[in-house]
Amino acid sequence: MNIEKESYKKYVKKRAKKSPIIKNCIWAFFVGGFICCIGETLFRAYHRRLLLSHQDSSAWVAVTLIFLSALLTGLGLFGKIAKRAGAGTLVPITGFANSVVSPAIDNKSEGWILGVGAKIFTVAGPVLLYGILTGVAYGFIYYIYLLCV
Amino acid sequence: MQKGIIKLEAPPSIIAASSVVGQKEFEGPLGSCFDLHDDKGTFNMDTWEKSESEMQRLALNLALSKCNLKSEDIDLLFAGDLLNQCISSAYGLVNFKIPFFGLFGACSTCSEGLTLASMVLSGGMANRCAVVTSSHNCSAERQFRNPIEYGGQRTPTAQWTVTGSGAFILSAYPQGPFITEVLPGRAVDSNIDDPNNMGAAMAPAAIDTLMRFFNETKTSPSDYNAIITGDLGSEGSAILREFLKTDGYDITQNHNDCGLLIYDCESQDTHAGGSGCGCSAVVLASHLLPRMNRGELDDILFISTGALMNPSSVSQGNTIIGIAHLVHISNTNNKGLKFNGNTN
Amino acid sequence: MEILIDYCWVFLVGGILCVIAQILIDKTKLTPARILVIYVTAGVILGAVGLYKPLIDLAGAGATVPLTGFGYLIAKGAKEAVLERGLIGALTGGFTAAAAGTAAALCFGYLAALIFKGHAK
Repeated sequence: MNIEKESYKKYVKKRAKKSPIIKNCIWAFFVGGFICCIGETLFRAYHRRLLLSHQDSSAWVAVTLIFLSALLTGLGLFGKIAKRAGAGTLVPITGFANSVVSPAIDNKSEGWILGVGAKIFTVAGPVLLYGILTGVAYGFIYYIYLLCV
Repeated sequence: MQKGIIKLEAPPSIIAASSVVGQKEFEGPLGSCFDLHDDKGTFNMDTWEKSESEMQRLALNLALSKCNLKSEDIDLLFAGDLLNQCISSAYGLVNFKIPFFGLFGACSTCSEGLTLASMVLSGGMANRCAVVTSSHNCSAERQFRNPIEYGGQRTPTAQWTVTGSGAFILSAYPQGPFITEVLPGRAVDSNIDDPNNMGAAMAPAAIDTLMRFFNETKTSPSDYNAIITGDLGSEGSAILREFLKTDGYDITQNHNDCGLLIYDCESQDTHAGGSGCGCSAVVLASHLLPRMNRGELDDILFISTGALMNPSSVSQGNTIIGIAHLVHISNTNNKGLKFNGNTN
Repeated sequence: MEILIDYCWVFLVGGILCVIAQILIDKTKLTPARILVIYVTAGVILGAVGLYKPLIDLAGAGATVPLTGFGYLIAKGAKEAVLERGLIGALTGGFTAAAAGTAAALCFGYLAALIFKGHAK
């Protein structure tokens, strides 16, 4: 029997069980919102109690959240939360941290240089590359703009 | 003319089978049927790849001891797994010092190995062969998907790689259950490029193999006690049943899938079901063969299904090739000799 | 009362940024890694055209904690460095602004690799 290829692809796509998008979005909204509120609380503590500058407080918030994600990732708990939360843990800086920490732990069996050292950038690499690339492009355009005005 | 069904003149017997699994499989519906399990899934090894090799070693050891044989009694070894260049099999089985064929048929490796071993035995080239396959959830995740601790969501059509290894000892001396005929599968391009829907990618191959089988034997699905596919999962199984029904072969009554048997997909959160070389192997070893031994099943079609792909082929956007090898296992051989079951 | 409203904005903006990503994941073929890249790039661009700053003023951590906030930092760093040092600032600014988060993630990642082992799921 010959299965017609294009129609099979369409058929499979049509019948494939769909992701429970409403449920996923509710989880993402609440977990994501909650993580941001933790960030806000930390920010207020650093900024108002420890009297750090606005910029430094923001940096410390990021560092604290990254530390917590690294800890939860190491203990094997991050995945359990992320399985439900989806984008709720991915989009905050916690997702970036997890994507750095998880390959580091996973690849130490392949050595500290090409295992941990190289693989630590598996997901962080693209994020940094495109973030920096756009940033440099913006800086360059801004420089030209300053020259013109 | 293209080779179709290969009828084995001297049907070899599966004289022993063993299964070694991880914790999740042990918690599944077949949990108590498996011979050995390790609740951490490490099998006391420091890498997941070594854990998988260790499962193969344990499985073959156990299968040998079940039939009171030593490794010297085995003429040929057919083994495979999912890792690059079949390293789990090579490292796990190196110390048995049995002439070794490393196989890659992705998740179809179990019936691929059984097919090759039974042809060799039936042809008189060997007296006893061993077939071993394995997969490990963590080593497969590392190679094909994400780091173990990576937090992500899996789609509902994704399947869960089984941590498990099955070993089979096949003998040319009649004992039963017998492998009476085999039908090597053809590679079928599914035109599906989604690695999170392997069931749909493998279903066309299973359909192709089963259609060829029924057409050539002029038999119908109801002539067999059970038709068991390897790891089509819920998506692939539904596709298989639907397409075969359209072509006049209704398998809904006696079809089941190892990927669906091994887990309770709802409570164990395995989405579309189990997959991997270990999946069909441990279900055959711990569930199907014992049922044949007890006489609950007399005649089954066992079709492991595989998705032939690697991380590069997927990231380069290629479609997934499916394959399905069929093994016909019966308690009665071609000379009318009937196996009455054994107690182990 | 004011603090409650502040937190509501934090929760709402942070939550919505996550929901947008969730819809993209579920409805398109975008993988999480691509979502992260899109978010950080979008943050840079929104920061560059001046749209992200008002969001931060409104929602605080609700806008800085998501990865778009990381992108905004890069844009802000690039701009300030160009003002201060000229063209070379375009190259140094973004990296400098991203340094704290990146270095923290790398160091904690390395430490985690030293301390922890993987767990079978």
